[in-house]
Amino acid sequence: MFGSITTDMVLAILPEIALLVLIAVVFVTDLVVDEKRRGILAWTSIIGLLITMLLTAFFAQPGAEAETLWGGMLRHDWLAYVSKLIFLFGALITTVFTLNWDSVRFKGEFYVLLLTSTLGMTLMGASADLIMLFLSIETTSIPLYVLAGFLTDDDRSTEAGFKYLLFGAMTTAVMLYGFSLLYGFAGSTGLYEISAAIGAGQIPAAALAGAAVLVLVGFGFKVAMAPLHFWAPDVYEGAPTPITAFLSTASKAAGFVVLTRVMIAAFSSVQAEWQLMLAIAAVISMTLGNLVALSQTNIKRLLAYSSIAHAGYALLGVIAASELGAASVVYYFLVYVVTNMAAFGVVIVVSRVIGSDEIADYAGLSRRSPGLALVMLLAFLSLAGIPPLGGFIAKVLVFAAAVQAEFVWLAVIGVLNAIIGLYYYLIVLKVVYLTPGKDEQKALPTPRPQAVALVVSIVLLLLMGTVFAPWYQWALNSASALF
Amino acid sequence: MTFPILSIIVFLPIVSGAVLLFLPSERRDLIYRFALGVAFLTFLLSVLVYFGFDIEGARYQFMEQYNWLPALGISYFVGVDGISAPLVLLTGIVIFTGVIISQRIDDRPREFFAFLFILASGVFGVFVALDMFALFFFYEIAVFPMYLLIALWGWKKTREYAAMKLTLYLFIGSVIALVGALAMYFASGLQTFNMLALEGAGFSASFQQLWFPFVFFGFAVLGGIFPFHNWSPDGHVAAPTAVSMFHAGVLMKLGAFAALRVGIMLMPEGAAYHLPWIILLSLVNVVYGAFIAMTQTDAKYMIGFSSVSHMGLVMMGFATLTYDGFVGAGVQMVSHGVMTALFFAVVGMFYDQTHTREMGKLGGLMKVMPFAGVAFIIGGLVSMGMPGFSGFIAEFPIFMGVWRSYPLVAIIAVISIVITAAYILRAVSRIFFGDIPAELEGHLHDIRPSEKLALGLLAFVLVSIGLFPGVMVPMIESGVNHINEIVHLIGGA
Repeated sequence: MFGSITTDMVLAILPEIALLVLIAVVFVTDLVVDEKRRGILAWTSIIGLLITMLLTAFFAQPGAEAETLWGGMLRHDWLAYVSKLIFLFGALITTVFTLNWDSVRFKGEFYVLLLTSTLGMTLMGASADLIMLFLSIETTSIPLYVLAGFLTDDDRSTEAGFKYLLFGAMTTAVMLYGFSLLYGFAGSTGLYEISAAIGAGQIPAAALAGAAVLVLVGFGFKVAMAPLHFWAPDVYEGAPTPITAFLSTASKAAGFVVLTRVMIAAFSSVQAEWQLMLAIAAVISMTLGNLVALSQTNIKRLLAYSSIAHAGYALLGVIAASELGAASVVYYFLVYVVTNMAAFGVVIVVSRVIGSDEIADYAGLSRRSPGLALVMLLAFLSLAGIPPLGGFIAKVLVFAAAVQAEFVWLAVIGVLNAIIGLYYYLIVLKVVYLTPGKDEQKALPTPRPQAVALVVSIVLLLLMGTVFAPWYQWALNSASALF
Repeated sequence: MTFPILSIIVFLPIVSGAVLLFLPSERRDLIYRFALGVAFLTFLLSVLVYFGFDIEGARYQFMEQYNWLPALGISYFVGVDGISAPLVLLTGIVIFTGVIISQRIDDRPREFFAFLFILASGVFGVFVALDMFALFFFYEIAVFPMYLLIALWGWKKTREYAAMKLTLYLFIGSVIALVGALAMYFASGLQTFNMLALEGAGFSASFQQLWFPFVFFGFAVLGGIFPFHNWSPDGHVAAPTAVSMFHAGVLMKLGAFAALRVGIMLMPEGAAYHLPWIILLSLVNVVYGAFIAMTQTDAKYMIGFSSVSHMGLVMMGFATLTYDGFVGAGVQMVSHGVMTALFFAVVGMFYDQTHTREMGKLGGLMKVMPFAGVAFIIGGLVSMGMPGFSGFIAEFPIFMGVWRSYPLVAIIAVISIVITAAYILRAVSRIFFGDIPAELEGHLHDIRPSEKLALGLLAFVLVSIGLFPGVMVPMIESGVNHINEIVHLIGGA
């Protein structure tokens, strides 16, 4: 089936190979090292992920032409390449933020699960076949169900894990049914063969639209877009915060990569139909996410609703179904992953010290730790789309894509929503900077590794917001791989 | 390569702001001196730009262009013309005087000056931007620090409300304008955000009629146009003195300027279609703003509403689409900017001593701070449009322009001059003349020499333009001449 294995084929899955080796190393280390010294597990993961990122960046870069490798299972193109780097970055920062979390720090299974999930994501980014796609989505999701419920002594965490599992299992089943319809009509599981079959008119339009709906249910769940967002606030709130960060960034980005690829590659002939469906979903996601976020008192829930709203903005890029649109989605997630990592990073550091995720308890943060407050300010401003931070460019690009595709009304709804977003981000910043707190004199120290991670994120955000040509080139290369 | 003076003027403040954040917070003296030095340097540079501008020369001067995002036709492209060079000078003056009078900021001065400088960079950026994307980029940089400056250092009673209101209003405006700008970008088919190229894009009439209001009103919100002016007096009042000066003096011009540059100049047919009814809105600004100012008892609210009224004149000048109106509006932007900065500076100075701005509780300040009193009176004369002061040079052509196109509007608008005279004279007499109220007796002292320097500089500009219009009017005329080539103004050559 594969023919002979060439260097190209190996290089294409170099990130996966490296991750697999890393998983094995962590697993074995966990077995042989005695309990007290298991702190090295996190560091092993961090160093391993760094090496994987470097290997990916330098050796797994695709050529100008997209290739389909491994018997049509995987695509080796820029979209896969860039998205793999995004996921690896997400996993890396997440791991850094577990360093001071004693309930997970000494548990090897935590890191094995996290890395396995990352492995699933890298495959999701490259899948070109329904079977591969399904397997990679499951490889991503199943470890995440466990991780969301990892804190077994915390009822909310257990509830989060269970809820996530139930919703996930249900939507995956629906999605799988959609896949089976596609296979049944097209006679192939390859995305690009299906696309050709659709182009040749082999599939009745009604069946195709039905399949699109079913598939969208699965993807919509992964990206937490309305009306499939119900799980997100509860799971985000209950899950260990580093996992929440991972869910809201890398996992969401993986969902978007798949969504963009499948919709544009396979469903181009019913484009008008799925554009309308997604447009409705985008409007509901943005509006509902933002409006409900207004009344949140818990920072994790607030960020959960904000992430639903951001799924809505990013959908505008998908809906545009153009090169600019796809590029804007990639740029959006480059920025969004870094931004949300920084925001959750602050939440993690703060909650380790004050033991609370209530927004009211952030009062006086600017005096207790000016640095953390500044990171929070910049991250939130980036979420609100204010220059010179990356979020500004990301928003301009998705709105531009919508305007170009003549979805001006969507862009207008989007920008009005951005204002609602700005309002609640400012409310939080007001608490951080203005409201006097109880323990203003007590310093709130940030451990060194976390501080480094936050600074790196902020520098990246500023770079993405000022020197945007190189990042946009990545996004554009990724987009052109789809057309 | 020529000396990149505009880039330096744009980036000097923001870089200094970043440097400030790394100075030790307890070295207040060092922080203030550093801020003052940067502000002075910025002022000098703005003077250099202003006097280095050659009226006979090219339309845009001191141009610099670098690729920013070539794939989408975005470049960092700056230059000044006869309209924007005076506004660069205005910004330089206001940042310098604003820093001088902010010596007494004692809550986190480091952050205060840092944010103020970030704001200044954004403002300079908008005035010099020739790329539409760059203009939005700097515009939003200019708007956001206002939130922090007002919310953190503002008047405790209203600051949170006012800061939020201002930020939301201005961002709604800017994102709406952004959608319009994106529509222009795609409709032009030129794949560029370069505004000089977009001027020749030849948008269809129906396109311009549809999109002009988006862009114009999106920016005009910041110019304080009725009915979107409501954020502005609240913002002025809540802001600390230097920020009020910046806000009313410079920031509102940003709105008017961007509405001209992106709205009127890129979509002249849309402007010709919509401005005839927009002039009625500006008329409401002018007259209604003056009446509301008349009823205020708080000196800062009075000046805030007088700004709404005077900015209405700028909008009205543009809305006439006449040569005279444009020239007048150009001068008015500078004149009003300096005048309001002066007003807010004086109010800030006596408020620090009296702790009240209620005009009924003040009086006789002329006896203790004559210099401030005289400065305030000069500002008042400018405000009334008295000959010999810059206000006259600005308002006279505006009224000529309005008379030319809409005589009835001119007649109604002139009422505002009378009302302005009434509230200004009343304020002067209540605050500076009469007897010092008993509870203030003995608590007052004269203003500091550095403050006199700031007021002196502002008053000097107002009088010089008034007595020697030649220092500014020909430059603005040169700018309007070039605009005339694109927009075809009534009465233009």
